[in-house]
Amino acid sequence: MTTGRDYSKLLTVKFDRAMPYEWSVGKYGSRFFREIIEHQRFVGIRCPKCNKVYTPPRRICGPCFEELHELVELSTTGTLVAFSVVNYPFPDPNTGQQRPIPYTYGYINIDGSDSIFSHIINETDAERIRVGMKVRAVFKDKAEMRGDIQDIKYFELLNK
Amino acid sequence: MARRVAIVGTGQTDHCSHRPDVDGREMIHEAVIRALDDCELTIRDIDAIVIGNMDHFESINYVDTWSVEGSGGVMKPIMKITTGGTTGTSVAIAAYYHVASGLFDRVLAIGWEKNSESDTTAAIITCSDPIWDRFSYSGAIPSLATEAVGYMNRSGATQEDAARVAVRDRTHALNNPHAHLRKPITVQDVMDSPMLAYPIKLLDVCPRTDGACAVVFAAEGTAEKIAPKPAWIKSCAVRHSITWFGDFDFNAGLMSLQRAAKEAFDRAGIKNPVEDLDVAELYLPYSYAGLKWIEDLGFCGPGEAPEFVGEGNTDMGGKIPINPSGGVISTNCIGATALIRVAEAAIQVMGKGGKRQVPDVVNALATGFGGCFWSDVVVMSTQRPY
Repeated sequence: MTTGRDYSKLLTVKFDRAMPYEWSVGKYGSRFFREIIEHQRFVGIRCPKCNKVYTPPRRICGPCFEELHELVELSTTGTLVAFSVVNYPFPDPNTGQQRPIPYTYGYINIDGSDSIFSHIINETDAERIRVGMKVRAVFKDKAEMRGDIQDIKYFELLNK
Repeated sequence: MARRVAIVGTGQTDHCSHRPDVDGREMIHEAVIRALDDCELTIRDIDAIVIGNMDHFESINYVDTWSVEGSGGVMKPIMKITTGGTTGTSVAIAAYYHVASGLFDRVLAIGWEKNSESDTTAAIITCSDPIWDRFSYSGAIPSLATEAVGYMNRSGATQEDAARVAVRDRTHALNNPHAHLRKPITVQDVMDSPMLAYPIKLLDVCPRTDGACAVVFAAEGTAEKIAPKPAWIKSCAVRHSITWFGDFDFNAGLMSLQRAAKEAFDRAGIKNPVEDLDVAELYLPYSYAGLKWIEDLGFCGPGEAPEFVGEGNTDMGGKIPINPSGGVISTNCIGATALIRVAEAAIQVMGKGGKRQVPDVVNALATGFGGCFWSDVVVMSTQRPY
């Protein structure tokens, strides 16, 4: 077993290359992003058993273990149910670069939906944000949309 | 019918922030040797091994085979289990299942992590959904921060109340030679530390640690011959809920812990946890959990935790000492963290705690936390279960 540790003689080997992946969004997830591109609106999906509307729409209700089919049109507004202003630096595994801070991570209950949607809020002063505030999605310009979560730029606070 | 099972030996590394003097296998080996020494067995006495870590932290995806020279798994049945923060309790519970099934008499559970080998926050982000959550998610701290804000709004708890939990755990760590952070802190130190994500400050959260833990489980008939005072597993329960972050109800309390604790306590005959348990090693990754989650465990009523903790009930010498080891806020080698809770609870039952020993322990509780607000609960005892 090691006792004294002479750190100056100990080496580490670095790996810092990107490892590409290609993830399938699925039928209803693809529809969600296409609705944003084509109509700048959200759709959710209703569980026939518990009646809960999920956003983003997915194929299965976990608690009921039921297959879902009924898409529901939703508003682009919602209510902020929780948030956190992120102040510490870390490398973003999406980009390999440090994620810009501060930014505000928010949980949004989109009007007409029963689940909560996570995204960013364009306000980083914690004093100016309160749980319960109304928010609205702000989309990218249509020409810039790529069919991913960043087609929503952020959610803006409505009643500051 | 399940066989009765006990923990007969435990081993841990001397945890610290960076161990460039060992690779993962060598670090695992240190813990395994200490566990075997603790119960005077050799690796030849071990029938099977369950091992776990957060495999994306070191980017080694076949840890079970990669680590055999360290774990002692050459030509033995070995499997890997990875469930996020609960990995350590998952390997413990799986080792228990192995022995309880009657197929194996002596099984080794191992948890380990070299947190220094990657960025913990970036690695945790890769646990989240790549299409929906990874873009905005920023690791464990902000999701816990949102939980803390909800708890403070409902209960009136203050940041100072939470800081008291961190002070307790860091004070207890002074008694534990294996703990990573062994410097005392005050409530003021916590309040003055940098704000990471409101209301969580640097000293409210766990560190990043390199370390490993190993625990030997044995069947009734064998266990009593190995250990003079084995730690019998009375019950365990697992509740792993949904993984869509948005589906978690922050206002409902930690439902997975409420339900896992209810099942484990019912099966172990624990009616009043504060009176019936003698010590608890809880997976509390941040200070606010030391308030909210002890309410979910039924240690006190909703909103009562600040007073319950403030009065010293969870300190050494209190009604129900929590984390004599110093807990997760003092040591967090993530894949080992929940197994350390199990090991430390077993140490208390076996009476091997040295300076951190709570006197006359009969029943001890260990918990695991991780994933998307998942919980595991293990109750052990000096008394053999019925």
